[in-house]
Amino acid sequence: MNDDLLLSVRGAGKQFMQGNRLRWACRDVSFDLYPGEVLAVVGESGSGKSTLLRLLASRLACDEGSVHYDVREEAGSASAVPARGAAGLMDLADLSEARLRWLARTDWGFVEQHARDGLRMNVSGGANIGERMMALGARHYGKLRGQALTWMERVELDVDRIDDLPGNYSGGMQQRLQIARNLVTHPRLVFMDEPTTGLDVSVQARLLDLLRELVDQLHLAAVIVTHDLAVARLLAHRMLVMKDGLVVEQGLTDRVLDDPQHPYTQLLVSSVLTP
Amino acid sequence: MTALLEASNLSKTFTLHGRGGLDLPVFAGIELSVYPGECLALTGHSGSGKSSLLRCLYGNYGASSGEVRIRHQDQWVSLSGAAPREVLEVRRQTLGYVSQFLRVIPRVSTLDIVAEPLRRLGVAADLARSQAAQWLVRLNLHERLWHLPPATFSGGEQQRVNIAHGLIAGQPVLLLDEPTASLDADNRRVVVELIHAARERGAAVVGIFHDDEVREAVASRCFDVEQYRKPL
Repeated sequence: MNDDLLLSVRGAGKQFMQGNRLRWACRDVSFDLYPGEVLAVVGESGSGKSTLLRLLASRLACDEGSVHYDVREEAGSASAVPARGAAGLMDLADLSEARLRWLARTDWGFVEQHARDGLRMNVSGGANIGERMMALGARHYGKLRGQALTWMERVELDVDRIDDLPGNYSGGMQQRLQIARNLVTHPRLVFMDEPTTGLDVSVQARLLDLLRELVDQLHLAAVIVTHDLAVARLLAHRMLVMKDGLVVEQGLTDRVLDDPQHPYTQLLVSSVLTP
Repeated sequence: MTALLEASNLSKTFTLHGRGGLDLPVFAGIELSVYPGECLALTGHSGSGKSSLLRCLYGNYGASSGEVRIRHQDQWVSLSGAAPREVLEVRRQTLGYVSQFLRVIPRVSTLDIVAEPLRRLGVAADLARSQAAQWLVRLNLHERLWHLPPATFSGGEQQRVNIAHGLIAGQPVLLLDEPTASLDADNRRVVVELIHAARERGAAVVGIFHDDEVREAVASRCFDVEQYRKPL
């Protein structure tokens, strides 16, 4: 049962200047994530969950604590790899910019809440999917296009739209394109920031079905930030509840939702309206 | 013989923070061991904590104190203290559960819902589906329903989907929460036969059976949860 740890977070925190005072956006977050494990981070706006996601993905640097990741050898690269820690994991703070960029476009995915932030709006849908492969050196036009078509089908996008700009796609289609663009390099870990928020409910449902299938089939590990407990119940094995920058409760998804311990979790669960 | 499931000094109290930290004690000091081939029936009045105990045994409710241990691949695992992925692994391989009400992923067909526990064990999709079909035939669920999500089914139909889903993986420990509650006599008889078959293959079963006739037919022993009830 003890296969390799993928991500290990220890006491991670980030502070920001607010007015002229420093304030912790999130603090003292610790957890381990294994391959294929889906973790939901829930809490209301301002609870620090999006900041945490950015720390995990090295888009922000930790002001305390650390994030360790199981960094694989770079294919076809002779570049020296920093020394591994005892657990075989590397502290992301020790990696070079170039190495982090490489991680971010091969082994990780990042699905933004607003597709515009995660897509390149001035190139076609197909080119959006091909971009990561091109960054890895793929140049053969036919192969790139073939991959783009395959992934469009996989995320149930109409392949006839391959040459359209993403701005002409609907909101749900843009999210699908963003997902395809991220998964084309077969990442092992995907970060998602409110991936279904802002979509119509019926579109949301179909997108959730797609995510659930992909995560299962591809054995993806994922960290999903959401304020929607139903999304957590549907997709996540485990969850982490945040309030005022702190993790107030974490555990197995059905345990946290059916037997919440912390006052705030109890409030969250009891506030959900079921139709 | 080694037990497959044990609870020692198990207590459960709900603390309702929204009600000024009100404590609702459910039970305390539960000791039980369940052995291969037996069916332990939990008894007690409505509200005595039978379902809560079953949920604690499944790891769905946390233990307020004490421990739940399960024999998983020839080793004892503390279910009440295990990491989430360990609990999920124990459920996949060792611990099956039929809940009182069907709670499923919306929009998924009945056949796929029933096949899912086998898929999680790595069984190929076609094989898992054909086995799921056999379970649904056994439970008299009409074939025209197989490709529909069960959301619109009757209570009895949903319960049969639930039973097929809970039993298909053949785990060695089974927890059954009123599996026959909304079934007619014919289907109750099928479920009684299925529980007997599970016991014969050596499964340890813990169940809540409201129907006296069913309980007498399947249970080898009763466990009165009432005795462990804590006064309010």
